[in-house]
Amino acid sequence: MVVLLLASVLVFALSRMSGDPRHLFLSEYTTKEQWEAWGREFGLDRPYYEQYFRWLSGAIRLDFDISVKEQVPATRVVLRKVPNTLQLAVGAYVFAMVLGIPLGIFSAIWRGTMLDLVARGFALLGQAMPGFWLGIMLILIFAVKLGWFPPGEKGDLRSIVLPSITLGWYAAAALLRLTRSAMLEILDSEFVKLARAKGASQATVILKHAFRNAIIVPLTFAGVFLTALLTGAVVTETVFGWPGLGRLAVQSVFGTDFPVISAIVMFATAGYLAMNLLVDILYGVLDPRIRQS
Amino acid sequence: MATGTETTLDAAAPPAEVREKINPLLAIWRIIRRYPVLPGFIVALLVIAAVFAPWLAQHDPLIGKLRDQDRPPIWQESSPISGKEPKWEYPLGTDPLGRDMLSRIIWGARYSMLIASIVLITGAVGGTILGLIAGYFGGVYDEVLMRMVDLTLGVPFILVALATVVVFGSSMGLIIALLILFSWSGFARQVRAETLRLKASDYVALAIVAGASANRIISRHVLPGVVNTVLVIASLNIGQLILTEATLSFLGVGIPKPRPAWGSMVAEGRDYIDTSYWMALFPGLAIFAVVFAMNFLGDWIRDRLDPRLRQL
Repeated sequence: MVVLLLASVLVFALSRMSGDPRHLFLSEYTTKEQWEAWGREFGLDRPYYEQYFRWLSGAIRLDFDISVKEQVPATRVVLRKVPNTLQLAVGAYVFAMVLGIPLGIFSAIWRGTMLDLVARGFALLGQAMPGFWLGIMLILIFAVKLGWFPPGEKGDLRSIVLPSITLGWYAAAALLRLTRSAMLEILDSEFVKLARAKGASQATVILKHAFRNAIIVPLTFAGVFLTALLTGAVVTETVFGWPGLGRLAVQSVFGTDFPVISAIVMFATAGYLAMNLLVDILYGVLDPRIRQS
Repeated sequence: MATGTETTLDAAAPPAEVREKINPLLAIWRIIRRYPVLPGFIVALLVIAAVFAPWLAQHDPLIGKLRDQDRPPIWQESSPISGKEPKWEYPLGTDPLGRDMLSRIIWGARYSMLIASIVLITGAVGGTILGLIAGYFGGVYDEVLMRMVDLTLGVPFILVALATVVVFGSSMGLIIALLILFSWSGFARQVRAETLRLKASDYVALAIVAGASANRIISRHVLPGVVNTVLVIASLNIGQLILTEATLSFLGVGIPKPRPAWGSMVAEGRDYIDTSYWMALFPGLAIFAVVFAMNFLGDWIRDRLDPRLRQL
């Protein structure tokens, strides 16, 4: 709650420091009377703290004023773009899970083998690759040279493949590392040794004992992933021209559309906090050890 | 990750007669496995490029020769659009303004390093001081600090940075300030936690009983205990920092143009991706290699200095 308030102060301060909002809404042909009247109507003649509270009470009702560019409420502008970014997020998360979890598990089981080496190499590469560059290189190889996928713009199902990989690569690498270290820890634990001593086969040990405990990792990671999502979306959507939140954010920033920026920043911050809470709760539900402590 | 625990096993010295027989290739492989040779090499190259940029770069990074625009890298026959042939003067080719890619990448290393080191040092020192204060004195200080940390973690940094730059205009100082704001919180959080732990230790209690001032306890008894943690976090963060700076530059709000920044070079190359691939490829490779090396070294340093932080 405090964090949200602080974020709102920050956003409000930024939007006011960008200059009198009237410059954005009114053209150079307005008369002085219109200018003043407009200022009175929106409370711009009041001191800053009063303006802030006016803005804040709007923000609580999800009313962030009207988008300068589109002339419709900023909240609506933002919400329209959410599905597109969500599609991308789902695609990226699927890619990260499909690649990260199995590789993490197998590289832990066959530790020190060639596969482990390759998997760890992939993780190191994935965490070092700048997303915007990866996106451009994917376009270069798979769209320009091979022509398998469209280079950008949202279209049929194929168009989501490259952006998803771009957005999900970093997550896949992180997930791989997390799964691997969780598996290693569990494979080394007492209850796994006991199961082995009782004569359980390798497959039973892994499926029934280790895997169940390691599966909690991707879940907690979902929280981390979603928080990094917006940053990733800004880059990925810019590269691929994907009509989502990230691109909207960049366009609004360069068009100084502060109502929209405020809405996005506030939604993102609230989303981050809600996500953290949700993950904490889910964590407790799935892992009885945490509930007790 | 790659080094660390496994290597302690083969560090056990084999008997003398076995050691004689180890072939040199194997010995080299062992050294590569135990020490981060390749990442170390990349970082050394980067530092050299950053320090000696004016002497190493053969061409002006800002002013190109129009006669030499759009030269491909030397291994390519000719440029797909202009049909120009490569020149040995420009090993990695040129951009449409005739500027040498290699020289620009070398200068880019300088800006990248300059920003990363200023930000990292300021962020580490500032974050450590705040973390020490919050951890040691607790109460209001702690409450205020932790809320600030939450804020920096919760607010989408890239967006706030974008908006700030658009409001105030792009400048080196602003970019550095923004990155510092982004990087201090990790230090503060970890140092605070360490301080809380150390504060509960017996030797700090004894120092308090002996009548030492808070100042003295913090600087003599607590600070030495958190230095390792700070070094580890710094080494783990530097890669991320370079990546963030590159991302900002890519989005057009980083190091102001026309100064060569790797991120903005990739952005320029994006427009020529179907014809002059080298414009986006090489600066990106530079970012990638450097971040990779820094991450690898960071892991290595962490395993050496403070294995407890592995889960970080």
